[in-house]
Amino acid sequence: MTSMKALVQLMKELEDQLTVCMRCGMCQAVCPLFAETGREADVARGKLALLEGLMQNMLENPKGVYERLNRCLLCGSCEANCPSGVNVLGIFMKARAILTGYIGLSLAKRAILRGMLAHPQIFDRVTEWASKYQGLFTKPVDELLGTSCARIVSPLIADRHFNPLAPVPFHRVRPSLDTNPGSSGIKVAFFVGCLIDKIFPRTGEAVIEVLQHHGVGIFMPERQACCGIPAISSGDTKTFNQLVHHNLKRFDAHEFDYLVTACATCTATIKKVWPLMVQDYPEEVKAKITKIAENTLDISQFLVLNIGLEKVSFATDDNKIAVSYHDPCHLKKSLGVAVEPRALIQANPCYRFKEMSESDSCCGMGGAFNLHNYEISASIGRRKRDNIVASECSVVATGCPACMIQISDMLSQSGDRIKIRHPIEIYEELIIRP
Amino acid sequence: MVNRNLLKEFQKRLGRENVFSEEADRLVYSYDAAVLKPEIPGLVVRPVTSEALSHAVRLCNENGLPLTVRGAGTNLSGGTIPKKGGVVAVTNALNKILEINEEDMYAVVQPGVVTAKFATAVESRGLFYPPDPGSQAVSTLGGNVAENAGGLRGLKYGVTRDYVMGLQFFDVDGELVKTGSRTVKCATGYNLTGLLVGSEGTLGVISEIILKLIPLPVHKRAMMAIFNDISRASETVAAIIAHRIVPATLEFLDNFTIRAVESYSQVGLPVDAAALLLIEVDGHPAQVEEDADKVASLCREMGAAEIRVAKDAAERDKVWEARRSALSALAKMKPTVVLEDATVPRSKIPDMVLAIEEISRRFDLPIGTFGHAGDGNLHPTILTDRRNKEEWKRVEAAIEAIFDKALELGGTLSGEHGIGLAKSCFLEKETSMAAITYSRRIKAALDPKNILNPGKIIGESP
Repeated sequence: MTSMKALVQLMKELEDQLTVCMRCGMCQAVCPLFAETGREADVARGKLALLEGLMQNMLENPKGVYERLNRCLLCGSCEANCPSGVNVLGIFMKARAILTGYIGLSLAKRAILRGMLAHPQIFDRVTEWASKYQGLFTKPVDELLGTSCARIVSPLIADRHFNPLAPVPFHRVRPSLDTNPGSSGIKVAFFVGCLIDKIFPRTGEAVIEVLQHHGVGIFMPERQACCGIPAISSGDTKTFNQLVHHNLKRFDAHEFDYLVTACATCTATIKKVWPLMVQDYPEEVKAKITKIAENTLDISQFLVLNIGLEKVSFATDDNKIAVSYHDPCHLKKSLGVAVEPRALIQANPCYRFKEMSESDSCCGMGGAFNLHNYEISASIGRRKRDNIVASECSVVATGCPACMIQISDMLSQSGDRIKIRHPIEIYEELIIRP
Repeated sequence: MVNRNLLKEFQKRLGRENVFSEEADRLVYSYDAAVLKPEIPGLVVRPVTSEALSHAVRLCNENGLPLTVRGAGTNLSGGTIPKKGGVVAVTNALNKILEINEEDMYAVVQPGVVTAKFATAVESRGLFYPPDPGSQAVSTLGGNVAENAGGLRGLKYGVTRDYVMGLQFFDVDGELVKTGSRTVKCATGYNLTGLLVGSEGTLGVISEIILKLIPLPVHKRAMMAIFNDISRASETVAAIIAHRIVPATLEFLDNFTIRAVESYSQVGLPVDAAALLLIEVDGHPAQVEEDADKVASLCREMGAAEIRVAKDAAERDKVWEARRSALSALAKMKPTVVLEDATVPRSKIPDMVLAIEEISRRFDLPIGTFGHAGDGNLHPTILTDRRNKEEWKRVEAAIEAIFDKALELGGTLSGEHGIGLAKSCFLEKETSMAAITYSRRIKAALDPKNILNPGKIIGESP
């Protein structure tokens, strides 16, 4: 454990960025957490003031700052709306790392992040084992959404309706791929991501199907690791670095034009967080990361910008499926991607697109935020659910498996009979049409 | 920190979950949007009922604890910076619109209602609440009343004061005082509403507000006039008013601000222009068209290089987007932004604009000037870095020079941000010692222990 003095010194690294906040308070207008609680410590301005207070020795107890800093969805709404352009997420990530270094990781997080996540093979084995036995503790509750709930009273699951682990993870169906570019002349690396691998392998299948259809060469190395977001948002720099290095090795072996993912969070992490956290890496590693980050794209973005979508018009009956779309924060607010996933959906004439109101407001998931603050998370989620229902859709699409989990929970608990899909699956339907 | 027994009493009266005593929870209420030293309060409470708010006031008075009421904490003069060790009462849980009366055109609200949400709710009924301070997306109506907030529409529609028909507020003992009414006319009792509006939390704690509403104007026309000479632009402002035309908004941007906005948002502003006027007229369609034509030809006569009239809503939005992003664009250039609001009689706008340019040169500081030229309320915005001590001294001197000039021109220290802590030491310059003493006597009579936002406006009693 470092001394308080050393902590203050480390915080000074953030000084120039912290000073940019002029305390105007405009973040209060967009913070989904603040909308629920009305507490200044929950909004970016308050957290930035706490970090500055820590830096200026105004506080005795850094733990108080740490707890409040962790109470954040990391949705980036504040940063996207900040008049002074404060680099909120960058500051929060670094501050979490610094404070975790000072306070230490909790035992549970240490076990999960360092014992499991850091070792992709162990992680795979544990989840495969868990997939076999999850039926003992959980039971299916909504066949349309494929959600389950706890069989017995469980503090971990609580009232959640969650998407269970897939019987067979994606990496068992498709361990690896290395195909040459076809008609498109382009080759992409496909970064699968944990949630698609272990919970939504269907989405992964759809990505492969669509890429192959468009004559795109695919490089998909086996034993991919997590993108690192759960580690770095817990301030665990060590595990994060391990995961980044592991992935770099896997993806270094081949030449590819772009790296694509179907997970908003993985894309945002590789594109924005990897370059942000690598100041201590050797120059040649930094250069590799910069190159990968520059060429990383969300699957919808890649298809719209680099390939061009299939233009099919065929007569459909009047019973078009009403579909709406939720903007994942990591796509719209972090990367400005909002048009492309909608284009993917709208390319399929069997669907009728209906915009929901507040489509870009956070679903309340926020990764570990949901685990630690389920009540608030669910309350934010219910607002999203209400907007989905009000749009009168029968399918809601979103480009982030974490959002899919949260929205499934909310829809399933309310018994709404609305399906959740990834936009790439809706686009895939068009392609595999008989 | 307050003592344990008192803490328990607050928890009992307000609910444990609405009383914050931990260090980190208190630190985040030590500041507002003014560039001033933060002070950490001893306790923060967030009452969820009017009754709880009344208990909070009473407990503070009984125990001699300084009380600062806070809405969204967007104050630009330090009005919501608490006394060290005092109590902050956050009103954002008291956020109900209690009534919107279409027949009699008024609304009753709790103090924590967000200004923009209220304006939207009212507009959905075809009614209009004009005060639109820059922070309206987050600011609360209670804060607007306590500060007498303004906005872009002051010229034609006035400021918050002009819309407050009545109030309910707690005196320092926590007793409910009612003043004003739901009627257009009201000659009953002292005008305590007038006393409380703009009192910055020093005379009572507002719990309910009756606001006047007006019909929503049916037609609008916006235009941008481009000038190659700054004085021509400011003289045009005076000329429009002199021709008895009252636009809804008449905004000014100097070259520094134009360049900042353009480099930030590329909305197609003429970066070589010395100044821009953004003008909107509203009201009955026939009158709007006539006024718009008159304004355009006046601008031409006064030497505008170009006039761009917005053809549709999209173009109109573009005009206002430029104005709305002015502060953001300036804020991105330097770490610290000091936004002043010294105001002059509108015929003196040309002199004030020239004076600010001179002050910028004299103190060697970048100052972007934009603002509500039509009502004499400019926002000279000084860009600096508060960590640079030498430069900060020049900033303070420049601020004083701006105040002196505004007063010399027959103006006022603050058009819409309030006096708070930031300007209380300048108050005598504008008023008189007798005015301050008179105000202090009122304060002492109503708040004998001096617990209601002490130190604001009239400073500490000697």
